This record gives sequence, C-alpha cells and structure tokens, in this order.
Amino acid sequence: MEHSIEYLEKQFQDRIDRGENIEAKDWMPEKYRKTHIRQISQHAHSEIVGMLPEGNWISRAPSLRRKVALLAKVQDEAGHGLYLYSAAETLGISRDELFHQLHTGKAKYSSIFNYPAVSWADMGAIGWLVDGAAIINQVMLTRTSYGPYARAMVRICKEESFHQRQGYEIMITLCNGTEEQKEMAQDALNRWWWPSLMMFGPTDAESTHTEQSMKWKIKRKTNDELRQQFIDITIPQAEFLGLTVPDPDLKWNEERGHYDFGEIDWTEFWQVVKGYGPCNKERLKARNKAWDEGAWVREAALAYAEKQSAKKIISKAV
Amino acid sequence: MQDNLYTYLLMLGDNSMILGHRLSELCGHGPSLETDIALTNMSLDLFGQVRSYFQYAAKVKGDDATEDSIAFLRTERKHLSSLLVEQPNTDFAHVITRQYFFDQYHLLLLEQLCESNDDQINAIAKKSIKEVKYHHRFSKTWMRRLAQGTDVSHQKMQVAVTSLYPYTEELSKANGVEKAMLAEGIGADLDAIKVQYYNELDGLLSDIGLQKPEEGYFYKGGKEGIHTEHFGFILSDFQYMQRTYPDMTW
Repeated sequence: MEHSIEYLEKQFQDRIDRGENIEAKDWMPEKYRKTHIRQISQHAHSEIVGMLPEGNWISRAPSLRRKVALLAKVQDEAGHGLYLYSAAETLGISRDELFHQLHTGKAKYSSIFNYPAVSWADMGAIGWLVDGAAIINQVMLTRTSYGPYARAMVRICKEESFHQRQGYEIMITLCNGTEEQKEMAQDALNRWWWPSLMMFGPTDAESTHTEQSMKWKIKRKTNDELRQQFIDITIPQAEFLGLTVPDPDLKWNEERGHYDFGEIDWTEFWQVVKGYGPCNKERLKARNKAWDEGAWVREAALAYAEKQSAKKIISKAV
Repeated sequence: MQDNLYTYLLMLGDNSMILGHRLSELCGHGPSLETDIALTNMSLDLFGQVRSYFQYAAKVKGDDATEDSIAFLRTERKHLSSLLVEQPNTDFAHVITRQYFFDQYHLLLLEQLCESNDDQINAIAKKSIKEVKYHHRFSKTWMRRLAQGTDVSHQKMQVAVTSLYPYTEELSKANGVEKAMLAEGIGADLDAIKVQYYNELDGLLSDIGLQKPEEGYFYKGGKEGIHTEHFGFILSDFQYMQRTYPDMTW
C-alpha cells in the first residue's frame, strides 16, 4: 500500500519523538538524508583536516613518550574519519564523492583547523580546548536520531575524551615547568581561546540549521547553550593551570549561575568560514597533494584486485 | 659500562627510530586513509621498540642517561642506524620498498634475538616480532600489489628497487660490535641472516617481475655513524625541541 509523503513524514517524526533510532534502510525525508550527509561528512572532513596541524609536530615532539602519544592521537583522528565516512556512505554517497567535495572546497570542515599550530604548547591547547569543545558537541551526538552516526560517536567520544586529558596533561606539565614553558602555554591559550569558542558556530539568532536539527534530534542543544557549557567547564581548568583567559569581560554571574563573556569577533569567524583564514589554502593544498600523489597507488591496488578476482574466476571455471 | 652491549642497543634502537621517524612524516599524507593508518601503526610499533631498547641502554650506560637523552641528544656521527632507513619518502613505491627491505631483515634478526641469552633483548625481541610479522606481511603484500598493479606502478617500483637495493647489504654485514655480541650469545648471526635475506628478497623480486640492479655495488657507513646528507635534516627536525629548550621536562 502506497502512503503519502505527508503520512510517511508524520510517521517518521513520531518515531523520532519516541526516541527511536533511524537506520540506513528506513524511509527518511530527503532533507533529513541530505542534512546528515552534510553534517557527517563535515565532521569526517574535520577529522582528516584536523590531522594536519598536529601532524606537523609529530617529527618535533620533545620526548619519545610525547611523540608516541601524539602519533597515536593523530592516527585516532584518521580512524574517526573512517567511521564517519562509512556512516555517511550508509546514506548513499561514496567516499570518493565526499573527498571530491572536500578537495574542491565545496564541503566545509571545522574552521578551527585553519589556524596554525606554531608551538609545542599548541599540542596541549588543541587537546584541551579544541578536543574539549568537540566533546561537548559530540557527547550530544551519541544520542542523535540517526543510528549509524550515533554509534560512531560513542566510540569517537571515548577516544576524544582521552585526547582531551592528554592535551590538558601537556598544559599541566608546561605550567609546572620553566618560565619559558609557562609563557608558551599562556601564548597558546591566548591564540586558541577565541577560535575554540567559535567552534560552536554562530549565535542561535544567526544559525540557519538549528531549528530543523533540533526537531530531528540531530542537535539537542543550541550553539549558545553548548558554548556556555564549554566556558563554564573550562574556566576552572584554566584557573587550576594558573593561566589567564584572554577575555577582560569574563566574570562569574551569580544570578545566571554561568560565566559572562565578551563579544566573539564574528567578522573573523566568517572570514575563516569563507576560506580566508590563516591556513585554509595550505590545508586544502595538503589534502589535494596527498590525494593526487596517491592516485597511482589506489589505481594499482584496484587493478591488482581485479586481476586477482579474474584469476579466481578462471581457476574455478577450469 | 658494557660498551659493546650499549653500542649494540643503539644500533638496534636507531634502525627502529629513524625508520619510525620517516614513517611518522607521512602521518596524514598517505594515499588512502587505510594506508595512512597502517603506516602510522608501524611507526608507533617502531617507536615502542625504540623506547624498550633505549630504556635498557640507559640502564647499561648508567649515570643520568634516559631514553630521551639517548634518543634526542646524540650528533649524526653517534647514530648507528643503517643507511637504508634514513632514505627519504620519495614516493609510496620508495616507502614500501624501503619498508620491505628492512622488514625482511628485521624479521630474520628478531627470530634470532628471540634466542638471545640477554634476558632483556630476548624479551624485547619476543614482543617486537609479533609486530614485525605484521609489518612484513603488509610491505610484502604491497610490493606484489604495486609491482603487478598497473604499468605506472610497476615502473615506479622498479625505480625504487633500483635506488634502494644498494642499501640492503649493510643491514646484514656484521661489524666488530655485532661479531662480539654474537660471540657472547647475545647478538644475531648476520652471516646466516644474509643468506636467508637475499634468498627471500631476490626470490620475491623475481616472482613479482622486478629486477635487482646488475652492477652489484653496495653502500655502507651508517652503522659506523657515517650517514647520507639526509641525516642532519632528520636530526634538526627530531631534536628541535630538546636543543632549543635544553634540560626541561615535557
């Protein structure tokens, strides 16, 4: 029996309202599918591009222990990229197509990775702040309505929280170190603080996707709520380190039970989103270079696999 | 201090460290996510081995030596890795060929070190061989895949084999320290390894349709601390933090 789109949409919304997961083979509105492809692939691209700023410090890590931890962390990000591309593929798009969107600049990824990692302390600050901000978003996504995405996020969150502690531990070590190390840590906080707050996206008033995303339980909290949650958690951590958050307007508001904070530079936010951040071009160039230089390898692997399966068919026939 | 044992540990650790470093340079730049993850995994395994060897070397050396002082504070001439492992990541064909040429040796070496009468080396070898069996399977499979994939991949593999084969002999050519360690029942018998090594290597190359260079010349020097010009750049990268900010805790 054929159902009208309105009926199916109603059934679909009812399932979401009951807290059921939507699975790959279930009927879903086209817009839900597209929204998920956009969001999951943006997330996957962020993991892959996110390997670059930290990856550039692997060869310079200051101790064997730190080197191994950083290598493992960046490798985890590649793994997260894999789960997420696979989750996006369940919605009927190929990994190659998603890569094409990234490489041509059509797809977005988290703007934070368009900032340069210029000192070892940035490995601490990125883990502490960037992974910290990401976790706040991602813990919410473990309960998102699309099953394959939610399940990928459960595993990703476990690893991310490990990364965050690892980053904070780098900061603690620096802050317990020499004056030079403390300065390095403060400088990293100064540079990563505001971009980390921008990771939650535009204010609710400016956010174009929030309302629909809340209805479909893709998001369960608004950008501003998540940003506030991040600030409230992070300020005591900065105080413990003895570092100063670079915001003169920051102060505890007893009445609200939250920290008040200064105005985010939205001009800078949009500049980076639109492709004019400090490293946008370098990041895309690095991804394109790896992809283009790897083309002959992927072609060879495919050709070899085809020859092998042809051999199997012949040997079965004989 | 037991000088020969210390030097032998440096030789074992340096090979893993410099190859691990070369692989780590590729993290985030592999031809596919799967190969990126695999190469990083091998780098991680190798650095794990480095830590085991250098923690032991630090004990042997005594004073206030640590795994990091040994890893980060030696000059070019004090590094005893073979020339093969410092060769650059020219392209994926070179990466795979360098890896297979080393893995084949590494596997044979560790099989023998699993019998070492030095308890520490014996234990490190037993742990490492599990990892190196995987590295060997990975690189050998890719040798075949690329040699027999497309014309382009075949040509690139031939270029890589021609350029890297002359670095292979040094691996199994015993120097004084290695001979002394063999005599003490600690080290491996490199003469025996050499025969098996070239049986495997030449057998594979012929099987997958690649030619080894006809000239038969080989390079040496790394094991005595005389490296290629690549090495100084590796160290300036590797030691940057320790040299710029001496005596700090990270």
